[in-house]
Amino acid sequence: MMTTYLPEGLPRPVPEPDGLSAPYWEGTRKGELRVQRCRACRAWQWGPEWICHACLSFDLGWETIDGRGTIYSWERVWHPVHPALKDAGPYIVVLVELPHAGNIRMIGNLVGDPQQDVRIGAPVQAVFEPHDTAQPAYTLVHWRLA
Amino acid sequence: MSARTLRGKVAVAGIGETTYYKHGKSPDAEFTLALKAILRACEDAGISPREVDGFASYSNDRNDPSRLAAALGLPELRFSNMQWGGGGGGGAAAVGNAAAAVATGMADCVVVFRALAQGQFARFGLGGQMATVSGEPAFTFPYGMISPGQRYAMRAMRFMHEHGIGRDPLRAIALASYRHAQQNPRAVMHGRPLTPEMYDASRWIVEPFRLFDCCLENDGAAALVLVPAERARDLPQPPVYVLGVAQGSEHRNAAPIHNAPLYGTSSFTTVAPNLYAMAGVAPTEVDVVQSYENFTGGVLMSLVEHGLFRAEEAADVCTLDNLLAPKGRLPLNTSGGNLAECYMHGLELQLEAVRQLRGQSSNQVPDVDVSMVCAGPMVTPVSSLIFGSEACL
Repeated sequence: MMTTYLPEGLPRPVPEPDGLSAPYWEGTRKGELRVQRCRACRAWQWGPEWICHACLSFDLGWETIDGRGTIYSWERVWHPVHPALKDAGPYIVVLVELPHAGNIRMIGNLVGDPQQDVRIGAPVQAVFEPHDTAQPAYTLVHWRLA
Repeated sequence: MSARTLRGKVAVAGIGETTYYKHGKSPDAEFTLALKAILRACEDAGISPREVDGFASYSNDRNDPSRLAAALGLPELRFSNMQWGGGGGGGAAAVGNAAAAVATGMADCVVVFRALAQGQFARFGLGGQMATVSGEPAFTFPYGMISPGQRYAMRAMRFMHEHGIGRDPLRAIALASYRHAQQNPRAVMHGRPLTPEMYDASRWIVEPFRLFDCCLENDGAAALVLVPAERARDLPQPPVYVLGVAQGSEHRNAAPIHNAPLYGTSSFTTVAPNLYAMAGVAPTEVDVVQSYENFTGGVLMSLVEHGLFRAEEAADVCTLDNLLAPKGRLPLNTSGGNLAECYMHGLELQLEAVRQLRGQSSNQVPDVDVSMVCAGPMVTPVSSLIFGSEACL
Protein backbone atom coordinates (compact mmCIF):
# COMPACT_ATOMS: atom_id res chain seq x y z
CA MET A 1 0.00 0.00 0.00
CA MET A 2 1.30 3.39 -1.03
CA THR A 3 1.86 5.92 1.71
CA THR A 4 0.83 9.49 0.98
CA TYR A 5 3.34 12.23 0.18
CA LEU A 6 1.87 14.63 2.75
CA PRO A 7 0.23 13.58 6.03
CA GLU A 8 -3.52 13.09 6.17
CA GLY A 9 -5.52 15.97 7.58
CA LEU A 10 -5.33 18.55 4.83
CA PRO A 11 -8.63 19.70 3.29
CA ARG A 12 -10.17 17.08 0.99
CA PRO A 13 -10.88 18.14 -2.61
CA VAL A 14 -14.49 17.97 -3.76
CA PRO A 15 -16.14 19.31 -6.94
CA GLU A 16 -17.93 22.65 -6.72
CA PRO A 17 -21.71 22.61 -6.18
CA ASP A 18 -22.13 23.43 -9.89
CA GLY A 19 -20.02 20.39 -10.86
CA LEU A 20 -17.52 22.28 -13.06
CA SER A 21 -14.50 20.16 -12.15
CA ALA A 22 -16.33 16.87 -11.44
CA PRO A 23 -15.05 15.10 -14.63
CA TYR A 24 -11.47 15.76 -13.52
CA TRP A 25 -11.96 14.26 -10.06
CA GLU A 26 -13.91 11.29 -11.46
CA GLY A 27 -11.02 10.69 -13.88
CA THR A 28 -8.35 10.66 -11.21
CA ARG A 29 -10.23 7.90 -9.36
CA LYS A 30 -9.69 5.76 -12.50
CA GLY A 31 -6.06 6.78 -12.92
CA GLU A 32 -6.89 9.11 -15.80
CA LEU A 33 -5.84 12.71 -16.28
CA ARG A 34 -8.77 14.55 -17.85
CA VAL A 35 -8.76 18.18 -18.95
CA GLN A 36 -11.06 20.39 -20.94
CA ARG A 37 -10.86 20.73 -24.71
CA CYS A 38 -13.15 22.85 -26.82
CA ARG A 39 -15.24 20.81 -29.28
CA ALA A 40 -15.64 23.86 -31.51
CA CYS A 41 -12.07 25.19 -31.90
CA ARG A 42 -10.05 22.32 -30.33
CA ALA A 43 -8.29 24.65 -27.86
CA TRP A 44 -7.07 23.05 -24.64
CA GLN A 45 -8.26 24.70 -21.44
CA TRP A 46 -7.11 24.30 -17.86
CA GLY A 47 -8.29 24.87 -15.15
CA PRO A 48 -11.87 24.24 -15.97
CA GLU A 49 -14.30 26.99 -16.97
CA TRP A 50 -17.79 27.00 -18.45
CA ILE A 51 -16.75 28.79 -21.65
CA CYS A 52 -13.85 28.34 -24.07
CA HIS A 53 -11.48 31.29 -23.58
CA ALA A 54 -10.30 31.04 -27.20
CA CYS A 55 -13.56 30.99 -29.20
CA LEU A 56 -16.27 31.61 -26.55
CA SER A 57 -18.07 28.35 -27.30
CA PHE A 58 -19.90 26.67 -24.43
CA ASP A 59 -19.38 23.28 -26.07
CA LEU A 60 -16.46 22.08 -23.99
CA GLY A 61 -15.51 18.43 -23.82
CA TRP A 62 -13.11 16.48 -21.60
CA GLU A 63 -10.16 14.47 -22.95
CA THR A 64 -7.88 12.03 -21.21
CA ILE A 65 -4.30 13.13 -21.73
CA ASP A 66 -0.82 11.70 -21.52
CA GLY A 67 0.61 12.34 -18.06
CA ARG A 68 4.02 13.48 -19.23
CA GLY A 69 5.28 17.01 -18.77
CA THR A 70 8.15 19.21 -17.72
CA ILE A 71 8.75 21.24 -14.56
CA TYR A 72 7.78 24.86 -15.26
CA SER A 73 8.39 26.19 -11.74
CA TRP A 74 8.77 24.81 -8.23
CA GLU A 75 9.03 25.67 -4.55
CA ARG A 76 10.27 23.91 -1.44
CA VAL A 77 7.99 24.54 1.54
CA TRP A 78 9.52 24.61 5.03
CA HIS A 79 7.10 26.58 7.19
CA PRO A 80 3.88 24.72 8.09
CA VAL A 81 0.77 26.86 7.68
CA HIS A 82 -1.64 24.04 8.57
CA PRO A 83 -1.67 21.79 11.66
CA ALA A 84 -1.46 18.66 9.48
CA LEU A 85 1.84 19.90 8.05
CA LYS A 86 3.62 20.34 11.38
CA ASP A 87 6.85 18.32 11.12
CA ALA A 88 5.97 17.39 7.50
CA GLY A 89 8.45 19.73 5.85
CA PRO A 90 10.26 20.31 3.77
CA TYR A 91 8.19 19.21 0.81
CA ILE A 92 8.25 20.19 -2.86
CA VAL A 93 5.42 21.62 -4.93
CA VAL A 94 5.89 21.73 -8.71
CA LEU A 95 4.08 23.48 -11.52
CA VAL A 96 4.18 21.11 -14.49
CA GLU A 97 3.69 22.11 -18.11
CA LEU A 98 2.03 19.57 -20.41
CA PRO A 99 3.25 20.00 -24.00
CA HIS A 100 0.90 17.27 -25.24
CA ALA A 101 -2.11 19.32 -24.16
CA GLY A 102 -1.46 22.84 -25.35
CA ASN A 103 1.10 23.61 -22.62
CA ILE A 104 -1.51 23.73 -19.89
CA ARG A 105 -0.06 23.55 -16.36
CA MET A 106 -0.85 21.49 -13.27
CA ILE A 107 0.13 21.74 -9.60
CA GLY A 108 1.30 18.71 -7.63
CA ASN A 109 4.01 17.45 -5.33
CA LEU A 110 7.33 16.14 -6.65
CA VAL A 111 7.72 12.72 -5.07
CA GLY A 112 11.10 11.51 -3.89
CA ASP A 113 13.75 13.21 -1.77
CA PRO A 114 12.31 16.53 -0.52
CA GLN A 115 15.84 17.95 -0.36
CA GLN A 116 16.67 17.10 -3.99
CA ASP A 117 17.88 19.75 -6.41
CA VAL A 118 15.00 20.67 -8.69
CA ARG A 119 15.63 21.73 -12.26
CA ILE A 120 13.13 23.75 -14.27
CA GLY A 121 12.66 21.93 -17.58
CA ALA A 122 13.15 18.46 -16.12
CA PRO A 123 10.78 15.82 -17.58
CA VAL A 124 8.21 14.38 -15.16
CA GLN A 125 5.45 11.77 -15.18
CA ALA A 126 2.09 11.87 -13.38
CA VAL A 127 1.65 9.59 -10.36
CA PHE A 128 -1.78 8.91 -8.87
CA GLU A 129 -2.19 8.90 -5.09
CA PRO A 130 -5.55 7.42 -4.05
CA HIS A 131 -7.14 8.33 -0.73
CA ASP A 132 -9.64 5.44 -0.70
CA THR A 133 -10.72 5.67 2.91
CA ALA A 134 -11.37 9.42 2.86
CA GLN A 135 -14.96 10.59 2.93
CA PRO A 136 -15.51 11.20 0.10
CA ALA A 137 -12.69 9.19 -1.49
CA TYR A 138 -10.43 11.12 -3.83
CA THR A 139 -7.17 10.75 -5.75
CA LEU A 140 -4.37 13.31 -5.97
CA VAL A 141 -1.98 13.62 -8.91
CA HIS A 142 1.71 13.98 -8.10
CA TRP A 143 4.77 13.98 -10.35
CA ARG A 144 7.97 11.96 -10.44
CA LEU A 145 11.08 12.56 -12.47
CA ALA A 146 10.77 10.67 -15.77
CA MET B 1 -9.79 69.39 -24.63
CA SER B 2 -11.69 66.83 -22.66
CA ALA B 3 -8.98 64.30 -21.90
CA ARG B 4 -10.35 61.55 -19.70
CA THR B 5 -7.88 61.69 -16.86
CA LEU B 6 -7.63 62.17 -13.13
CA ARG B 7 -4.37 64.06 -13.49
CA GLY B 8 -4.21 66.99 -11.09
CA LYS B 9 -7.93 67.05 -10.31
CA VAL B 10 -7.86 65.56 -6.82
CA ALA B 11 -5.44 65.87 -3.91
CA VAL B 12 -4.70 64.09 -0.68
CA ALA B 13 -5.38 66.65 2.03
CA GLY B 14 -4.83 64.52 5.11
CA ILE B 15 -3.36 61.26 6.33
CA GLY B 16 -3.74 59.44 9.61
CA GLU B 17 -2.94 56.16 11.26
CA THR B 18 -3.31 54.48 14.62
CA THR B 19 -0.47 53.09 16.64
CA TYR B 20 0.76 50.04 14.76
CA TYR B 21 0.62 46.85 16.82
CA LYS B 22 1.90 43.32 16.49
CA HIS B 23 -0.92 41.07 15.30
CA GLY B 24 -3.37 40.32 18.05
CA LYS B 25 -2.04 43.13 20.27
CA SER B 26 -4.49 45.91 19.49
CA PRO B 27 -6.30 47.03 22.65
CA ASP B 28 -8.99 48.49 20.41
CA ALA B 29 -11.69 46.78 18.39
CA GLU B 30 -11.00 46.79 14.66
CA PHE B 31 -13.85 49.26 14.09
CA THR B 32 -12.38 51.61 16.69
CA LEU B 33 -9.04 51.45 14.88
CA ALA B 34 -10.76 52.46 11.65
CA LEU B 35 -12.53 55.36 13.36
CA LYS B 36 -9.34 56.62 15.02
CA ALA B 37 -7.37 56.57 11.77
CA ILE B 38 -10.16 58.42 9.95
CA LEU B 39 -10.41 61.08 12.67
CA ARG B 40 -6.64 61.60 12.63
CA ALA B 41 -6.63 61.95 8.85
CA CYS B 42 -9.38 64.60 9.11
CA GLU B 43 -7.44 66.41 11.83
CA ASP B 44 -4.31 66.33 9.66
CA ALA B 45 -6.36 67.73 6.78
CA GLY B 46 -7.75 70.48 8.95
CA ILE B 47 -11.34 69.55 8.20
CA SER B 48 -14.29 68.49 10.32
CA PRO B 49 -15.04 64.75 10.10
CA ARG B 50 -18.61 65.85 9.28
CA GLU B 51 -17.33 67.00 5.87
CA VAL B 52 -16.58 63.42 4.86
CA ASP B 53 -19.20 62.15 2.43
CA GLY B 54 -17.65 59.00 1.04
CA PHE B 55 -15.50 55.97 1.80
CA ALA B 56 -13.40 53.64 -0.31
CA SER B 57 -11.54 50.52 0.74
CA TYR B 58 -10.31 47.19 -0.60
CA SER B 59 -9.70 43.54 0.21
CA ASN B 60 -13.11 43.03 1.83
CA ASP B 61 -12.39 45.39 4.70
CA ARG B 62 -14.93 44.55 7.38
CA ASN B 63 -15.76 48.12 8.38
CA ASP B 64 -18.86 49.04 6.44
CA PRO B 65 -19.07 52.64 5.16
CA SER B 66 -22.71 52.93 6.24
CA ARG B 67 -21.76 51.95 9.79
CA LEU B 68 -18.87 54.43 9.69
CA ALA B 69 -21.18 57.19 8.44
CA ALA B 70 -23.69 56.45 11.19
CA ALA B 71 -21.03 56.23 13.89
CA LEU B 72 -19.44 59.51 12.77
CA GLY B 73 -22.80 61.27 12.47
CA LEU B 74 -22.21 62.25 8.85
CA PRO B 75 -24.90 64.49 7.36
CA GLU B 76 -25.02 62.26 4.29
CA LEU B 77 -23.19 59.40 2.60
CA ARG B 78 -22.64 59.95 -1.11
CA PHE B 79 -20.03 57.40 -2.12
CA SER B 80 -19.36 53.89 -0.86
CA ASN B 81 -16.85 51.78 -2.71
CA MET B 82 -15.09 48.43 -2.36
CA GLN B 83 -12.37 47.40 -4.79
CA TRP B 84 -12.91 43.83 -6.02
CA GLY B 85 -10.41 41.14 -5.16
CA GLY B 86 -6.69 41.22 -5.20
CA GLY B 87 -6.08 41.76 -1.48
CA GLY B 88 -3.33 44.33 -1.04
CA GLY B 89 -3.35 44.82 -4.79
CA GLY B 90 -6.32 47.10 -4.28
CA GLY B 91 -4.52 49.75 -2.23
CA ALA B 92 -3.79 52.18 -5.04
CA ALA B 93 -7.03 51.32 -6.80
CA ALA B 94 -9.01 52.35 -3.72
CA VAL B 95 -7.33 55.77 -3.82
CA GLY B 96 -8.08 55.92 -7.53
CA ASN B 97 -11.73 54.99 -7.03
CA ALA B 98 -12.07 57.69 -4.37
CA ALA B 99 -10.33 60.21 -6.61
CA ALA B 100 -12.66 59.32 -9.48
CA ALA B 101 -15.67 60.00 -7.25
CA VAL B 102 -14.27 63.38 -6.22
CA ALA B 103 -13.21 64.34 -9.75
CA THR B 104 -16.64 63.56 -11.20
CA GLY B 105 -18.62 65.28 -8.47
CA MET B 106 -20.11 62.13 -6.99
CA ALA B 107 -18.64 63.18 -3.65
CA ASP B 108 -16.66 66.07 -2.19
CA CYS B 109 -14.54 64.47 0.50
CA VAL B 110 -13.76 60.76 0.34
CA VAL B 111 -11.79 58.80 2.92
CA VAL B 112 -9.73 55.81 1.81
CA PHE B 113 -9.13 53.50 4.74
CA ARG B 114 -8.00 50.03 5.78
CA ALA B 115 -8.29 48.54 9.26
CA LEU B 116 -7.01 45.17 10.40
CA ALA B 117 -7.11 43.45 13.75
CA GLN B 118 -5.93 40.00 12.87
CA GLY B 119 -6.11 38.91 16.48
CA GLN B 120 -9.86 39.45 16.39
CA PHE B 121 -10.26 37.70 13.06
CA ALA B 122 -8.30 35.15 11.04
CA ARG B 123 -4.64 35.62 10.14
CA PHE B 124 -3.67 35.69 6.48
CA GLY B 125 -0.62 33.48 6.90
CA LEU B 126 -2.55 30.48 8.20
CA GLY B 127 -4.98 28.66 6.02
CA GLY B 128 -6.88 25.61 4.96
CA GLN B 129 -8.69 25.05 8.25
CA MET B 130 -11.74 23.57 6.53
CA ALA B 131 -12.65 19.91 5.99
CA THR B 132 -13.17 20.10 2.24
CA VAL B 133 -12.20 22.50 -0.55
CA SER B 134 -13.56 23.02 -4.04
CA GLY B 135 -12.75 25.25 -7.00
CA GLU B 136 -9.13 26.32 -7.42
CA PRO B 137 -8.13 25.50 -3.80
CA ALA B 138 -9.07 21.85 -4.45
CA PHE B 139 -6.16 21.77 -6.91
CA THR B 140 -3.62 23.38 -4.56
CA PHE B 141 -4.48 22.96 -0.84
CA PRO B 142 -4.19 19.13 -0.79
CA TYR B 143 -0.62 19.56 -2.10
CA GLY B 144 0.30 21.87 0.77
CA MET B 145 0.05 25.03 -1.36
CA ILE B 146 -2.24 27.05 0.87
CA SER B 147 -0.86 30.39 2.07
CA PRO B 148 -0.11 33.49 0.00
CA GLY B 149 3.63 32.82 0.32
CA GLN B 150 3.21 29.35 -1.08
CA ARG B 151 1.03 30.67 -3.88
CA TYR B 152 3.43 33.40 -4.96
CA ALA B 153 6.80 31.73 -4.44
CA MET B 154 5.94 29.73 -7.56
CA ARG B 155 5.62 32.89 -9.68
CA ALA B 156 8.74 34.50 -8.24
CA MET B 157 10.78 31.34 -8.80
CA ARG B 158 9.78 31.32 -12.47
CA PHE B 159 10.58 35.03 -12.90
CA MET B 160 14.01 34.60 -11.32
CA HIS B 161 14.68 31.56 -13.51
CA GLU B 162 13.67 33.32 -16.73
CA HIS B 163 15.95 36.26 -16.04
CA GLY B 164 18.81 34.48 -14.30
CA ILE B 165 18.33 36.48 -11.09
CA GLY B 166 19.74 35.23 -7.80
CA ARG B 167 18.55 36.04 -4.30
CA ASP B 168 20.75 39.11 -3.67
CA PRO B 169 18.15 41.63 -4.88
CA LEU B 170 15.57 40.10 -2.52
CA ARG B 171 18.02 40.42 0.35
CA ALA B 172 18.70 44.08 -0.51
CA ILE B 173 14.95 44.85 -0.53
CA ALA B 174 14.49 43.31 2.93
CA LEU B 175 17.53 45.06 4.40
CA ALA B 176 16.46 48.44 2.99
CA SER B 177 13.05 48.23 4.64
CA TYR B 178 14.57 47.40 8.01
CA ARG B 179 17.16 50.17 7.70
CA HIS B 180 14.43 52.71 6.99
CA ALA B 181 12.33 51.43 9.88
CA GLN B 182 15.14 52.25 12.32
CA GLN B 183 14.53 55.98 11.63
CA ASN B 184 10.74 55.64 11.82
CA PRO B 185 9.28 55.69 15.34
CA ARG B 186 5.92 54.43 14.06
CA ALA B 187 7.53 51.22 12.82
CA VAL B 188 6.82 47.97 14.61
CA MET B 189 10.47 47.02 13.91
CA HIS B 190 11.87 50.36 15.11
CA GLY B 191 14.79 49.54 17.38
CA ARG B 192 15.04 46.03 15.96
CA PRO B 193 17.65 46.27 13.19
CA LEU B 194 18.21 43.48 10.70
CA THR B 195 21.82 42.70 9.86
CA PRO B 196 22.91 40.91 6.68
CA GLU B 197 24.06 38.06 8.90
CA MET B 198 20.64 37.75 10.52
CA TYR B 199 19.01 37.74 7.10
CA ASP B 200 21.35 35.06 5.77
CA ALA B 201 20.84 32.89 8.83
CA SER B 202 17.06 33.21 8.83
CA ARG B 203 14.97 30.14 8.17
CA TRP B 204 13.32 29.30 4.88
CA ILE B 205 9.58 29.86 4.76
CA VAL B 206 9.15 28.65 1.21
CA GLU B 207 12.05 28.77 -1.23
CA PRO B 208 12.98 31.27 -2.63
CA PHE B 209 11.70 33.25 0.41
CA ARG B 210 13.37 33.37 3.80
CA LEU B 211 11.62 34.68 6.92
CA PHE B 212 12.64 38.29 6.30
CA ASP B 213 11.42 38.17 2.69
CA CYS B 214 7.87 37.87 4.02
CA CYS B 215 5.62 40.67 5.27
CA LEU B 216 4.56 41.09 8.85
CA GLU B 217 1.02 40.62 10.07
CA ASN B 218 -0.20 43.50 12.23
CA ASP B 219 -3.13 45.28 13.83
CA GLY B 220 -3.89 48.91 13.07
CA ALA B 221 -5.62 51.26 10.71
CA ALA B 222 -4.68 53.98 8.23
CA ALA B 223 -6.64 56.55 6.25
CA LEU B 224 -6.29 59.27 3.63
CA VAL B 225 -8.64 62.17 2.93
CA LEU B 226 -9.18 63.13 -0.73
CA VAL B 227 -10.72 66.42 -1.83
CA PRO B 228 -10.87 68.44 -5.07
CA ALA B 229 -7.50 70.01 -5.94
CA GLU B 230 -8.78 73.57 -5.50
CA ARG B 231 -10.14 72.77 -2.04
CA ALA B 232 -6.81 71.21 -1.01
CA ARG B 233 -5.00 74.46 -1.76
CA ASP B 234 -6.98 76.16 1.03
CA LEU B 235 -6.08 73.53 3.63
CA PRO B 236 -3.06 73.47 5.95
CA GLN B 237 -0.99 70.66 4.40
CA PRO B 238 0.80 70.98 1.06
CA PRO B 239 -1.55 69.38 -1.50
CA VAL B 240 -0.43 66.02 -2.81
CA TYR B 241 -1.98 65.61 -6.25
CA VAL B 242 -3.07 62.38 -7.83
CA LEU B 243 -1.29 62.36 -11.20
CA GLY B 244 -2.36 58.93 -12.30
CA VAL B 245 -3.83 55.63 -11.16
CA ALA B 246 -4.15 52.31 -12.94
CA GLN B 247 -5.48 48.92 -11.93
CA GLY B 248 -6.03 45.52 -13.51
CA SER B 249 -3.81 42.77 -14.89
CA GLU B 250 -2.70 41.34 -18.20
CA HIS B 251 -4.43 38.85 -20.55
CA ARG B 252 -5.94 35.93 -18.59
CA ASN B 253 -3.84 36.61 -15.50
CA ALA B 254 -6.45 34.73 -13.44
CA ALA B 255 -6.51 31.64 -15.69
CA PRO B 256 -7.18 29.02 -13.01
CA ILE B 257 -4.61 26.86 -11.26
CA HIS B 258 -1.52 28.85 -12.27
CA ASN B 259 -2.29 28.87 -16.01
CA ALA B 260 -1.75 32.58 -16.71
CA PRO B 261 -0.11 32.76 -20.17
CA LEU B 262 2.40 35.29 -18.80
CA TYR B 263 3.23 33.57 -15.53
CA GLY B 264 6.50 35.05 -14.28
CA THR B 265 4.98 38.47 -13.66
CA SER B 266 3.79 40.66 -10.81
CA SER B 267 0.71 41.45 -12.98
CA PHE B 268 1.84 45.01 -13.75
CA THR B 269 2.98 44.60 -17.38
CA THR B 270 -0.15 46.30 -18.75
CA VAL B 271 -1.00 48.34 -15.65
CA ALA B 272 2.29 50.25 -15.42
CA PRO B 273 2.16 51.68 -18.98
CA ASN B 274 -1.42 52.84 -18.32
CA LEU B 275 -0.27 54.48 -15.10
CA TYR B 276 2.58 56.40 -16.71
CA ALA B 277 0.33 57.45 -19.59
CA MET B 278 -2.20 59.07 -17.25
CA ALA B 279 0.41 60.54 -14.92
CA GLY B 280 2.35 62.04 -17.80
CA VAL B 281 5.68 61.11 -16.28
CA ALA B 282 8.41 58.68 -17.29
CA PRO B 283 9.98 56.06 -15.03
CA THR B 284 13.18 58.13 -14.93
CA GLU B 285 11.22 61.00 -13.35
CA VAL B 286 10.06 59.00 -10.33
CA ASP B 287 11.88 60.31 -7.24
CA VAL B 288 10.85 57.72 -4.66
CA VAL B 289 8.96 54.42 -4.72
CA GLN B 290 6.85 52.56 -2.20
CA SER B 291 6.35 49.02 -3.51
CA TYR B 292 4.11 46.57 -1.66
CA GLU B 293 6.06 43.79 -0.05
CA ASN B 294 3.94 40.72 0.38
CA PHE B 295 7.22 39.03 -0.49
CA THR B 296 10.46 40.61 -1.65
CA GLY B 297 10.31 38.73 -4.95
CA GLY B 298 7.12 40.59 -5.80
CA VAL B 299 8.83 43.93 -5.13
CA LEU B 300 11.62 43.04 -7.51
CA MET B 301 9.12 42.13 -10.22
CA SER B 302 7.09 45.32 -9.61
CA LEU B 303 10.14 47.54 -9.98
CA VAL B 304 11.08 45.83 -13.24
CA GLU B 305 7.56 46.01 -14.64
CA HIS B 306 7.33 49.70 -13.73
CA GLY B 307 10.40 50.27 -15.89
CA LEU B 308 12.68 51.37 -13.06
CA PHE B 309 15.34 48.93 -14.23
CA ARG B 310 15.49 45.93 -16.53
CA ALA B 311 15.38 42.44 -15.05
CA GLU B 312 18.87 41.80 -16.38
CA GLU B 313 20.12 44.83 -14.40
CA ALA B 314 18.66 43.61 -11.10
CA ALA B 315 21.94 42.41 -9.63
CA ASP B 316 23.63 45.75 -10.34
CA VAL B 317 20.80 48.18 -9.55
CA CYS B 318 18.75 46.49 -6.84
CA THR B 319 21.41 46.84 -4.15
CA LEU B 320 21.10 48.08 -0.58
CA ASP B 321 22.99 51.32 -1.26
CA ASN B 322 20.77 52.16 -4.21
CA LEU B 323 17.56 51.49 -2.27
CA LEU B 324 18.35 53.66 0.74
CA ALA B 325 17.11 57.20 1.32
CA PRO B 326 18.26 59.89 1.04
CA LYS B 327 21.06 59.30 -1.45
CA GLY B 328 20.26 56.03 -3.20
CA ARG B 329 19.52 55.96 -6.90
CA LEU B 330 16.12 54.35 -6.24
CA PRO B 331 14.94 55.02 -2.66
CA LEU B 332 12.46 52.26 -1.81
CA ASN B 333 9.95 51.66 0.98
CA THR B 334 11.20 54.58 3.03
CA SER B 335 8.91 53.96 6.03
CA GLY B 336 9.88 50.31 6.35
CA GLY B 337 6.66 49.27 4.63
CA ASN B 338 4.96 45.93 5.08
CA LEU B 339 8.23 44.29 6.15
CA ALA B 340 9.21 46.57 9.00
CA GLU B 341 6.85 49.52 9.56
CA CYS B 342 3.51 47.77 9.67
CA TYR B 343 1.53 45.39 7.54
CA MET B 344 -1.34 47.84 7.13
CA HIS B 345 -2.17 45.93 3.97
CA GLY B 346 -0.11 48.44 2.02
CA LEU B 347 -2.11 51.54 2.91
CA GLU B 348 0.83 52.66 5.06
CA LEU B 349 2.78 52.86 1.78
CA GLN B 350 0.26 55.36 0.40
CA LEU B 351 0.69 57.50 3.52
CA GLU B 352 4.47 57.36 3.19
CA ALA B 353 4.29 58.39 -0.47
CA VAL B 354 2.29 61.44 0.67
CA ARG B 355 4.83 62.26 3.40
CA GLN B 356 7.66 62.16 0.87
CA LEU B 357 5.93 64.82 -1.23
CA ARG B 358 5.23 66.95 1.83
CA GLY B 359 8.82 66.63 3.05
CA GLN B 360 7.66 64.89 6.24
CA SER B 361 9.21 61.42 5.96
CA SER B 362 11.55 60.12 8.63
CA ASN B 363 13.72 59.00 5.68
CA GLN B 364 13.15 62.04 3.51
CA VAL B 365 14.41 62.02 -0.05
CA PRO B 366 15.46 65.53 -1.15
CA ASP B 367 13.26 67.51 -3.55
CA VAL B 368 10.55 64.97 -4.23
CA ASP B 369 8.10 65.93 -6.98
CA VAL B 370 7.00 62.48 -8.16
CA SER B 371 6.16 59.77 -5.62
CA MET B 372 4.96 56.33 -6.75
CA VAL B 373 3.20 53.44 -5.02
CA CYS B 374 2.87 49.92 -6.43
CA ALA B 375 0.26 47.83 -4.61
CA GLY B 376 0.11 44.08 -4.05
CA PRO B 377 2.26 42.37 -6.70
CA MET B 378 1.38 38.99 -8.26
CA VAL B 379 -2.32 39.17 -7.37
CA THR B 380 -5.09 40.33 -9.68
CA PRO B 381 -6.21 43.02 -9.95
CA VAL B 382 -3.08 44.92 -8.95
CA SER B 383 -2.91 48.70 -8.92
CA SER B 384 -0.37 51.48 -8.83
CA LEU B 385 -0.47 55.20 -8.41
CA ILE B 386 1.66 58.32 -8.87
CA PHE B 387 1.36 61.36 -6.64
CA GLY B 388 2.88 64.67 -7.68
CA SER B 389 3.69 68.06 -6.25
CA GLU B 390 2.34 71.44 -7.38
CA ALA B 391 5.37 71.68 -9.68
CA CYS B 392 4.07 68.74 -11.74
CA LEU B 393 0.84 70.47 -12.73
